[in-house]
Amino acid sequence: MTDPAITPELVQKHNLTPEEYEKLKAVLGRVPTYTELGIFSVMWSEHCSYKNTRPLLKTFPTQSPRILVGAGEENAGILDIGDGLAIAFKIESHNHPSAVEPFQGAATGVGGIVRDIFTMGARPVCAANSLRFGPITAAGEPGPAVANNRRLFGGVVAGIAHYGNCFGIPTVAGEIYFDPSYEGNPLVNAFCLGVLRHGQIVRGHARGVGNPVFYVGPATGRDGLAGAAFASQDLTAESAEQQRGAVQVGDPFMEKLVCEACLELLATGAVAGIQDMGAAGLTCSTCETAARAGTGIEIELDKVPQRAPGMTSYEIMLSESQERMLIIVHRGREAEVKRIFDKWDLPWAEIGVVTDTGRMVVRHHGQVVADIPARKIADESPVYERVAREPEYLQAVRAFCLDGVPDTTNPAAHLLALLAWPTIASKNWVYRQYDHMVRNNSVVGPGSDAAVLRIKEDSVPAPPNAASALRPVPEKFIALSVDGNGAYVYLDPYEGSKIVVAEAARNLACTGAMPLGATDNLNFGNPHNPELFWQLKESVRGLADACRAFNAPVTGGNCSLYNQHPNGPIDPTPTVAMVGLIENPEHITTQWFKDEGDVILLLGELVDTSDPLLGLGGSAYLQLIHGMKNGTPPRCDLAREKELHLALRALIHSGVVKSAHDCSEGGLAVALAEGCISQSVARATPRLIGAQVDLTPLTEAPGRDGIRLDALLFGETQGRILISVDAVNAAKVLAQARILGVPTARLGTVGGDALRLQVPGAELNCPVRDLHDRWWNAIAEAMH
Amino acid sequence: MNFAVLQFPGSNCDQDVVHALRHVLGHSVELRWHKEASLGAADAVVVPGGFSYGDYLRTGAIARFSPVMEAVRQFAAAGGLVLGICNGFQILCEAGLLPGALIRNRSLQFRCEHIFLKTSTPDSPFTNRIPPDKLLRLPIAHGEGCYYADADTLARLKANHQILWRYVNAQGEITADANPNGALDHIAGICNEGRNVAGLMPHPERASEPILGSTDGRLILESMIAALASRPTAAG
Repeated sequence: MTDPAITPELVQKHNLTPEEYEKLKAVLGRVPTYTELGIFSVMWSEHCSYKNTRPLLKTFPTQSPRILVGAGEENAGILDIGDGLAIAFKIESHNHPSAVEPFQGAATGVGGIVRDIFTMGARPVCAANSLRFGPITAAGEPGPAVANNRRLFGGVVAGIAHYGNCFGIPTVAGEIYFDPSYEGNPLVNAFCLGVLRHGQIVRGHARGVGNPVFYVGPATGRDGLAGAAFASQDLTAESAEQQRGAVQVGDPFMEKLVCEACLELLATGAVAGIQDMGAAGLTCSTCETAARAGTGIEIELDKVPQRAPGMTSYEIMLSESQERMLIIVHRGREAEVKRIFDKWDLPWAEIGVVTDTGRMVVRHHGQVVADIPARKIADESPVYERVAREPEYLQAVRAFCLDGVPDTTNPAAHLLALLAWPTIASKNWVYRQYDHMVRNNSVVGPGSDAAVLRIKEDSVPAPPNAASALRPVPEKFIALSVDGNGAYVYLDPYEGSKIVVAEAARNLACTGAMPLGATDNLNFGNPHNPELFWQLKESVRGLADACRAFNAPVTGGNCSLYNQHPNGPIDPTPTVAMVGLIENPEHITTQWFKDEGDVILLLGELVDTSDPLLGLGGSAYLQLIHGMKNGTPPRCDLAREKELHLALRALIHSGVVKSAHDCSEGGLAVALAEGCISQSVARATPRLIGAQVDLTPLTEAPGRDGIRLDALLFGETQGRILISVDAVNAAKVLAQARILGVPTARLGTVGGDALRLQVPGAELNCPVRDLHDRWWNAIAEAMH
Repeated sequence: MNFAVLQFPGSNCDQDVVHALRHVLGHSVELRWHKEASLGAADAVVVPGGFSYGDYLRTGAIARFSPVMEAVRQFAAAGGLVLGICNGFQILCEAGLLPGALIRNRSLQFRCEHIFLKTSTPDSPFTNRIPPDKLLRLPIAHGEGCYYADADTLARLKANHQILWRYVNAQGEITADANPNGALDHIAGICNEGRNVAGLMPHPERASEPILGSTDGRLILESMIAALASRPTAAG
């Protein structure tokens, strides 16, 4: 088989610009072979090289005394959690593959991030995700677009369930939004967290000249050819159809075996370096391991297990067949690899050797098909400072005024409508399809502000032999929240992105946790468009400022650009997964009200003190009831937000807080309703409890008279948390909160079988059963 | 007591059973790799949940051919206690150690949630410690947990009191809504005629510590321990 000639058309087909092609030739000192062109095209894609985003990513805070492996060093960052233990975590997107084939696209997204975690030597102990789809409900008869959104949503959820459940990792947290901007371009961001001892950290380094290079895992096929390059261009109907072959097929059973075998092998000490074959498969793993170690690597493609006959070197190098690992083994210890992988009945092959040449040399059928300086291709990818220009639409956003929008005349009906809005409604239809309990550590599962996971002895990879003298693993508690809000970020990229981080930190605070660090997924449009790049730039500035404020360094993440649907770009959607630590299990707090007679308090301002209407900009209420995604979104005062979280944690630590729930989409009314209805005891067995709340006295404060009901009930002013406390502690908590510098007000009491809410000129009286049923069943009804 | 917990490729609740038996209940536990032909000095065997062999072909259909299953057959034939949980239940049915089969949930979706169980009889080594009116709140996590058997088999199960647990609602009533997978006659777990082999879809090992929200699962494991303790000698 002869390779095609390298023409400008072929270069363009590989998504390389003429300038990049010149740079490529300069790196090689000659014209590339066809295989080399393929290698460069994936290594220099945005997905692998971050060429459009690297200057921005450098502005993230990445340091803290807890950092053991920092952002960008390896497959995932690692943080110290004390007692010799550490956690590795990361979020990663699989948007484009999920648009083309939702089930496999999402499934392999989970598989990829799980591999990133055990590649670091950690045992994967929990998963989470952040998802976006077009609307799944319609006012009238749903059209083909809604039907397609449902197909994508259902397929993605089933794919995540398939992979995570079979692998045996609990999916404990997540968030899902439905918005027309994601029609045809869903977002699928998958997160995984693993646990290990400090001494178990391994690196993706091809260390030790002469060390053999092993390939382990299933055979290489033609599936997933050049998926990384696919992810780095605009998604169109045409590209989706052409690129169906770029979607990989996952096998979670295989991944489970590969994970167990790798952790068993790592415990022997025979491994010098390990790297998963994710994006750009064999290409990326060989190149990066050599580049990191400053060595060279030589591989022989004839030795690579192959699933299809007659595969070319180009296909073998660019395949993204799943569940494969590259392992560099200390010379002389090959037998241990063979023993363990034979035990698990897994394919393995010795395919190459570490060299001192600094070059990545690939042989096939006795010929050299690629000979590339490894560090140059990995480290010297092009970097672009893209042009940024403020988008024109923001002028209209800033000029938007609520005067033309009538106040709510039926707040009870609007509350029910908001609770049934799929973005706000219970996600039980989703998380009941995920095994969220396997591994016996899910202390707080999906359905509260943040998930809480226990770390115990079997959370870390087993030591080499049971009799080893390692100190026992003390129980620890990790909290986790994933957040994002595309509408806020669209309307104000800087402020909206601060809110994304602040909400994640607030959710952690509500469970009693202190933030340790964060991982982010930047889902944006085409960076060549200056307006879209401005969104990205401003968003990163907001994320970075907020992460600094909460002492939550970014430990890694992922960029997914080129997110585009037929009618335009997606809303700019950074998603943030923040991880925190709870020192004492007694401090673990959930969001639902507990007992009759408990007093409900609001920490934070009732509404934005500078302008009560600010909470309505970009709100769920405005989107759902008035069909507008407009207005300046709520402000986020990081200093006050931080004080609020500190105060809440102090109150929780003093043992008086029985529930804590942050006010987010849908505002105070939705947060109160969720306090009444969100505890689930068992199948078809919610635990419902009412509340009596009177907001009238609070609206009589100076500057609040004549406040609009919609702003009061459904405004999304930031920095607000609902807590409930035993009545005997209420006065004490009010005083404590005041000392801690946080405005606090008594809203009412827990009890009864309805949410009774008094506001100036109106009284809502909503039976909790009605609230619950609308909220609980909304998504299932849309999907049947 | 000395428990053997089987480990197939794709088992993923093996460590959870080990945790509950060893760390929560304080018994000795050994993992048995599926290629082993002996169960060692086990007093009882637990076949844990997971996706043995990736559920390929049919749940449990490949695992039953593993060498260790021959040892389990002999152990059971000699009267040894065997408990299959979730995928373990599926494997025991495929192996012919329990009657009937587990098919796809009627919803066609995987289900993970807490359910309530009513114990039909205390007369088994798996139920002897469960108070008569006690409802057990246990988690399920399965895609293929719909118990099915032909009419003759079902009649025999009833006649011999082999149905150990049924899905009920919070009031202990048998209702359609309380059945999470469409199981025949709301069956969640059964035992064999000899009453020494049992299987159930819910996960007792996931409900054995207060911090995980329920300790009801301990009653099932403690029933086994009580049964073993009252035997003159260990089986097998």
